[in-house]
This record gives sequence, structure tokens and C-alpha cells, in this order.
Amino acid sequence: MWYYEKKLQYPVRVGICSPKLAKFLIEQYGGTDGELAAALRYLNQRYTIPSRVIGLLNDIGTEEFAHLEMIATMVYKLTKDATPEQLKEAGLGDHYVDHGKSVYYHNAAGQKFDMGLQSKGDPIADLYEDIAAEEKARSTYQWIINLSDDPQINDALGFLRERENVHSQRFREAVELLKEEQGQKRVF
Amino acid sequence: MSTSRKWYAPYISPLDPCPPLSPIAYETPAQLYLGFQPQGLEQFSPFDALVHGTLWPALFTPYTNPYQSKKRGEF
Repeated sequence: MWYYEKKLQYPVRVGICSPKLAKFLIEQYGGTDGELAAALRYLNQRYTIPSRVIGLLNDIGTEEFAHLEMIATMVYKLTKDATPEQLKEAGLGDHYVDHGKSVYYHNAAGQKFDMGLQSKGDPIADLYEDIAAEEKARSTYQWIINLSDDPQINDALGFLRERENVHSQRFREAVELLKEEQGQKRVF
Repeated sequence: MSTSRKWYAPYISPLDPCPPLSPIAYETPAQLYLGFQPQGLEQFSPFDALVHGTLWPALFTPYTNPYQSKKRGEF
């Protein structure tokens, strides 16, 4: 069960009217390494992982939904006031025909949401996939920041990128926990 | 020496419909522990290496069905 807090995890401010940027940002919304795929994958993996790691997957999976909400806010702000002509110029003509002004789960190239490899049911395989996904999401944020000249959007994207680093570190620690020999003391 | 199989006991509800399956095994093969492979590791003979799929005993982590053994939780 979840409780909802009616605020964003980090404020989203958009300074420059650039519908084109929305097309890039949608990668983190409905892309294979995007926030939706991450949230669903982590929450799904909770069931077949040793008990001591379930809470971590629960917390990070939940946070990914908070990130998803930030991305949706950015995309919506960038497209809600655009004319159909402007959307077309931004490469979002197809999107407009299919979905109007709604945000939608597809990647930057317009392919419908696909979770990709998702859950294997092997704790080590799943956690290594999660680490890889966090690093891929981190680099996606880097490439979007490189394409964006809006310092306010880049500020929020920088926050999201840093969260990927933290999540990657936590998953690496989870692997260490699962590697521990049973009945041995942990030394930090 | 690291073990290549660990066990954990999942939460079991008194309301579960099926008899509990516990503990549950997961594999932690040798490559998780080796780090950068040191030089001069012991080697299999060429014939044994072909059979085992690796030249190095330190990397050889065979898999057996953990649920076929009568002694669950032991390895």
C-alpha cells in the first residue's frame, strides 16, 4: 500500500519554451531504461529476493515513481501551450496525432513502452541488471543535459542523475549483503 | 573459501494456500568473489579444462538442483 504526498520530490522549473526537449525527455518516461521500467522492475523483483533486500527494492521502486512524476511534469509543461504546428516542428507530430497533448509511455524514438529484460528470479542476476539499469539511466540524463540549454530543467535533471548514482551504490551494497557467508559477522 | 550457494527463509504466512517451501536457494558463483584474477592460479589439465568449461578450478562453479537433495539448507 502507498501513501501519496501531493508534491514533487524536487521542484521542476522550466525556463525555456522548447517542445523539442519534451521529445528527448520522454525517453526517461517510457524508455527501456526509463523511470517507469525501473519502478515496475524493482517492485516486481521484491517477491523473489531474500528478505533483507526487499525493503531496498520497495523504497527505490517507490522513488522511481516520484521521478516519473517529475519527468511527466517537465514534458507536460513543455508541450501544453504548443500549437500543433510547433509540435510538428519539434518532431512530435506523430505523437500529437496519436495522443494529443497527453503524455504517453513511449521512448524518444516513439516506440511503445517495453520493459525489456525485467525480472529473472535469480537474486544476483536481478541486482546486477538493476545496477546496469541505474548506470544507463544516469547516462541518459547526461545525454539529455548535453542536448538541453535550459539551466532550470538541467538543475532538476542533475538531481535525478545523482539519484541514479545513489541507487546504483545501494544495489551494489545489496549484492555484497547477498554474497555474505551465513553466520559470519559483517565488518564495515 | 566462498560458498557458491546460499539459502534464505522467506516470510511464511499462516494463511498461505500451499505448504511452505523454505529455505530457498540462490547461487553466488565464484566470479562474484575473485576480483581481478591473480596470476599463476592453479590450472586443470587440458583435458579436464575442456570438460569443465574453464581452465581454472577457482572459477569452476557447477550447478546442481538444490531442491533434489534431502538435506535442504545444507550445501
